[in-house]
Amino acid sequence: MSAISVRDVWQVYDGRVVLERISLEIKSGSFVAIVGPSGCGKTTFLRMLMSEERPSRGTILLDGRPLPDEPTADRGVVFQRYSVLPHLTVLGNVMLPLEFLGSRLLGRLFGAARRDAEAEARAMLAHVGLDGAEHLYPAQLSGGMQQRLALAQALMGKPRVLLLDEPFSALDPGTRAEIHGLTKRLWEETGMTVVMVTHDLSEAFRLGTRIVVFERLEPERGTRITFDIPLEGRKKPQEHRTPREMHILTQEKSPCDRIAVGGRPSAWSAATIIPISTPAKAAAGRP
Amino acid sequence: MRVINRHPGRQARQILTALPFLAAVIAYCTASAIRLAANSEDRLLPSLGQMTAAVRRMAFSQDIASGQYLLLSDTAMSLQRLLLGLAIAVGISFAVGIAVGMVPYLRRTFVAFIAAFSMVPPLAVLPILFIAVGIGETAKVTLIVIGTAPFMIRDLIMRVEELPRPQLIKVQTLGATSWQIALRVVVPQMLPRLIDALRLSLGPAWLYLISAEAIAAESGLGYRIFLVRRYFAMDVILPYVAWITLLAFLFDALLRVFQRRAFPWFALEYMR
Repeated sequence: MSAISVRDVWQVYDGRVVLERISLEIKSGSFVAIVGPSGCGKTTFLRMLMSEERPSRGTILLDGRPLPDEPTADRGVVFQRYSVLPHLTVLGNVMLPLEFLGSRLLGRLFGAARRDAEAEARAMLAHVGLDGAEHLYPAQLSGGMQQRLALAQALMGKPRVLLLDEPFSALDPGTRAEIHGLTKRLWEETGMTVVMVTHDLSEAFRLGTRIVVFERLEPERGTRITFDIPLEGRKKPQEHRTPREMHILTQEKSPCDRIAVGGRPSAWSAATIIPISTPAKAAAGRP
Repeated sequence: MRVINRHPGRQARQILTALPFLAAVIAYCTASAIRLAANSEDRLLPSLGQMTAAVRRMAFSQDIASGQYLLLSDTAMSLQRLLLGLAIAVGISFAVGIAVGMVPYLRRTFVAFIAAFSMVPPLAVLPILFIAVGIGETAKVTLIVIGTAPFMIRDLIMRVEELPRPQLIKVQTLGATSWQIALRVVVPQMLPRLIDALRLSLGPAWLYLISAEAIAAESGLGYRIFLVRRYFAMDVILPYVAWITLLAFLFDALLRVFQRRAFPWFALEYMR
């Protein structure tokens, strides 16, 4: 119902290849976590999914149709910052999508329509744990609450696909764990397709049903997908796994800790996740 | 402690704020007293008493020729011109600034032109205005508009462009049209910034008002100052200058208070 199909996508800026040969079939209802070192182009990829950028080559299809040329309501987003409007209260932010929908001319509802929208917005706020904060401005909220609000606002638009751009990276670990739970719950309830970009491996493993690793293997070439790991299959018997999957799954714990503690993302390919294309590095990476 | 870390206490703050004002008054009084002691007919630095008498004559007694309280009628005329000019300038700037800031086609068409136009010295245009629309009220009001609008337009265009890109993407993903984005996202966020631009434009607005009144007018604060200059009436000029300063200062303070009251989120977001 909302599958994304990425076919041989390239992104080139001024002759510099950022992304090359990105192909990805995202099933409807899956939660895809895209991980990779900073600057590798994973945010560029997400910007293409939200039609903020167009690929230099290749096509992206949403349910078999090419993506529209501009951001639309079928793809909701949450960014790390600036996702909510500073001049509206919490309630105003969550009501906004309903007001856009209900009043084409003024973008503002009145009377009974307004009361209905307000009730719906309040229900959503209670659902994400923001009840009681209705009349605060975003600047009065903590970082975690702001991101809850951003999620609630995005969901009010009833998107089929939710795009998350490092949404929880600025939060402290405790807050992050809470909002991970919320995100997972909302995803399960809505059945949306979610694509999340993160540099936090543990976050990817905790939330994703599939992990896609973006990496630049050679400096003068573009970033490519070096790993594509389905996690839903984690429950399947170990003997059905390929040795490569086994390696990543068994290594899951330690590299996460290392990254979370502030390890250098550039150390990934060598030490934690081993690209099949460079077996020599793989050998070097094993303890 | 380092000097950059030392802060005055509550009482010291008030004293420090008042100090330069007091110093200026004392310096003036001293200089005035010295000159008047040397020559009691001196007109350059009138005493406070002479100025009080002049204020009483200008503000609290009817003018024999016109039957008006001159300070009052001058102030009313000047404020009318100033406020009308600023209102027109603000209206034009807000509409043009937001439209040009938001729409790439308009930006490409107008930004360079507005930048060039804003470099035209408004006072050099004044003769053209006099020729085109006569020396009446229109010329003075137009001068204020020409003097202040380009700055406000350019400022607003920049403020609109400063809005975080993710914010505009986000509202598009919530299904907003361009018009809805203008109404619900850009305009409300630009209103407090417009007040900032207006506050910065008050000084130039007064400058153009006084200039226009000095050159061709039959009333107004600027007209009065330049009229009594012929008689070396410093006792009138100085209180008038102080009065204009006070008015401008009050406008500025009023706008600041209004901005805080009307847009509490703006202070929360940007003035922490």
